[in-house]
Amino acid sequence: MTQLIVNGVARELDVEDDMPLLWALRDVLNLTGTKYGCGVAACGACTVLIDGQATRSCSIPASACAGQQITTIEGLRTGDTLHKVQQAWIAAQAPQCGYCQSGQIMAAVALLNETPSPTDDDIDTAMTNICRCGSYEEIRAAIHLAAAA
Amino acid sequence: MGFQPSRRFAILSGLAAAGTLAVGYALTPFSTLGRARQIAAGDGDFMPAAWLRLTPDNKVTVFVPHGDMGQGTHTALAMMAADEMDADWTLVATEQAPADMAFANGAFAKGYLLGDMSIPQWLNGTTEFFGRKIAEFMNIQVTGGSTAIRLTGALGMRKAGAAARAMLVRAAAEGWGVPESEIAAKASVLTHAASKRSATYGEMAGRAAGYDTPDAPLKAKADYTISGTPRQRLDIPAKVDGTAQYGIDVRLPGMLFAAALCSPVAGGRLKSVDEAPARAMRGVSTVVKMDDAVVVVADNTWRARVALEALKPEWDDGANGSLSSDSIHAGMNAALDKGSFSTDFSEGDAEAAIKGAPRVVEASYKVPFLAHATMEPMNAAAWVHDGKVEVWSGIQDGLGGRAATASLADVPMDAVVMHQLQMGGGFGRRAFSPVLPSMKARHIAQAIAASKATGKPVLVTWSREQDMTQDYYREASVARMKAGLTADGRIAGWLHSFTERHDPPEATRIDYDVADRTARYVSDTNPMPWGPWRSVDHTHQAFYIESFIDELAHAAGQDPLAFRLAHLANAPRHKAALERVAQMAGWGTNEPGRAKGIAMREAFGTIVAQIAEATIGDDGRARITRMWTAADPGEVVNPATFKAQMTGGAIYGLTAALYGSITVEKGRVVEENFPDYEMVRMADAPRHEVAIIESGAKIGGAGEPGTAPVAAAVANAVFALTGQRIRELPLRQFDLKSGGKIARL
Ligand code: FES
Ligand code: FES
Repeated sequence: MTQLIVNGVARELDVEDDMPLLWALRDVLNLTGTKYGCGVAACGACTVLIDGQATRSCSIPASACAGQQITTIEGLRTGDTLHKVQQAWIAAQAPQCGYCQSGQIMAAVALLNETPSPTDDDIDTAMTNICRCGSYEEIRAAIHLAAAA
Repeated sequence: MGFQPSRRFAILSGLAAAGTLAVGYALTPFSTLGRARQIAAGDGDFMPAAWLRLTPDNKVTVFVPHGDMGQGTHTALAMMAADEMDADWTLVATEQAPADMAFANGAFAKGYLLGDMSIPQWLNGTTEFFGRKIAEFMNIQVTGGSTAIRLTGALGMRKAGAAARAMLVRAAAEGWGVPESEIAAKASVLTHAASKRSATYGEMAGRAAGYDTPDAPLKAKADYTISGTPRQRLDIPAKVDGTAQYGIDVRLPGMLFAAALCSPVAGGRLKSVDEAPARAMRGVSTVVKMDDAVVVVADNTWRARVALEALKPEWDDGANGSLSSDSIHAGMNAALDKGSFSTDFSEGDAEAAIKGAPRVVEASYKVPFLAHATMEPMNAAAWVHDGKVEVWSGIQDGLGGRAATASLADVPMDAVVMHQLQMGGGFGRRAFSPVLPSMKARHIAQAIAASKATGKPVLVTWSREQDMTQDYYREASVARMKAGLTADGRIAGWLHSFTERHDPPEATRIDYDVADRTARYVSDTNPMPWGPWRSVDHTHQAFYIESFIDELAHAAGQDPLAFRLAHLANAPRHKAALERVAQMAGWGTNEPGRAKGIAMREAFGTIVAQIAEATIGDDGRARITRMWTAADPGEVVNPATFKAQMTGGAIYGLTAALYGSITVEKGRVVEENFPDYEMVRMADAPRHEVAIIESGAKIGGAGEPGTAPVAAAVANAVFALTGQRIRELPLRQFDLKSGGKIARL
């Protein structure tokens, strides 16, 4: 049994020790907001926060996250209020197909926690997730908006 | 005019309730295209396809017969309908129209019937379109060819909105006993000023629902209140909190999860596989052997994958087992040498004009295969039960997907229920029209087989590796360009020879002033599976044409912009777009270590003039620092989305120009995942300034045109910077410092 704390709730999972956190979230806990894109830590679609750090969940076993605070896109809002990064994403109309955006948002939340007023260079360095739709300019604008909020 | 269509006021059961106004038309019945043309051509402008629903609570729902892949189509189409209806935009919502004939995309058909456009070949396949029944043609809900706004919107949504408004005005007039001309309709409220009466649209919906739907006149553009203004996309809130449901997110009671491995060679067959190692593993329900694939079904995707990896299937590679990128390109060159050409277009006598010219310029170009690499890998859920086949998937074409499913499952269309979900990118990969090979939807076939084997709903999710190696690729191709130049530097004769021709018809057209011009091609040079890829033939043809124009400018000793403008005396819109982008970019001046390249393409009715600014990185590779686009779509519905499509489309094209290459060895695709098939990311993304020119011409597309000119603009910038002419993509194979190739791709 693996004990996970996901979005503040303790969960118990009967999964293999090597099952990636991504699949535990998506297929066992049905938290499908975290996306599969590559499975090899190359795209960032699966990014979640583990103790506040942006982490590519496809490439870390669920068992390695036991006892740590896991935050997914579903757990970002507080009650009815969206996180300021989510609000900025709407204001900047960042998503196109939207599939990469959970991961982009989680990466941005981690960046802003670390660097509240990031420069463009900070954004270039921290935001390495792929957006196949090419929404990078809107994502950059959204991060600056969230920083100013 | 002969045959009159019966205009049927169609109400779909389940949608209509008391007091609800539903506006939509189905054109019924007709059976042949000739007859349909007669009908449509003689029938003025009336074949609305899409649906509006107004409920007593004053809410408007627009049912959109297109998938939304992130281009903002749903919102833009709703804007067009709401504008004509004079609806309160805050009361408008959209829904995906069911994959049902009642919502078939009649406006799409009409666009072709009226000769607005020729049918794209990728819908046509090898079937002779003109011999096909119109009923089959109506069986289309495709999202592709940048057609949603141009056809469904311009011909369908606006008409439906205007009709709804007219019916509501009539309802108010009759209800209050006053002339229609005294009724004002604005923001979903009807008012009669003289008697100080007013009612919401919703309050009049019940009465209006009893009327025949009129062919109401459309607004003048000057009266638009919603179209042309930036509006927040209605689909975005669900895309920032994880609630948007993509195909891969389907969760059904009792559902199982599957992983698939297809024959590594296209056309190959499964010879044998020992299923035992997988069956013995935890959570595995079954192993399904298909002709060309092995599917493992388990209680979650991870277990299915691990079990699949334990299998050692043996494949019969078939005829394609010895293919390689080199052999394919060699075959293309041999076919061009042999010269059994089909004529794409021919005006004047290109060969004679070139022969008579004092200078002749020649160049050949080549491009590799490209994968779509949608962010969401292919997936589908199926549940075969009670004589039905239910499918859940993100598809560009609901009815086409339903037809493909019927053929894959060998059941009648009526037995198929299609649940169309959000798409994590489409770009042509998720279009399954009835005339594309149904193999293209093989993930759906796998889900059906897995559900049949287990009796449960099953979601098949392809790994990225399967997605990339089992794609339907933008073809590799070769072009040989030849043109004459007169003594005063004008083009005299244009001969464009290339391999493979798909779609759209205008992809090889040149807008420059050259009287003698020929484009011709050889076929059957591409043995790999082909599929439409964002902007289709424009992706490579724009690279060939606009690079070669640049070469001609250089040979003539002229500035590339001035040379283009000098050949556009008869194309004022193209000229204006180039002039605008040149002004935006400060053409003619460069920062140290940087240079600009220019290219222009008209694709899907939109003219896109682009400038890219290149520099060379420490690794000797090209970097694109800034881009500028001036685009003339005639008219724009949602400017913010249009701009996002221009910048996003450019990123898609830039990824292809800089990095994109799918190679084939021993019949197998070599690149399997993003580290091998790199993408432009944030740090590589140029700052991109976009200007929209609303020339008032017929409305053009947004999703694809922005991709077309990028490669040429980039290659031309590299030439301006280094003097090295790039005739082969992608750029990452070139060391621009030494002038050599970094590595063979
Ligand atoms: S799915 Fe984890 S990085 Fe791509
Ligand atoms: S919005 Fe489509 S991949 Fe980023």
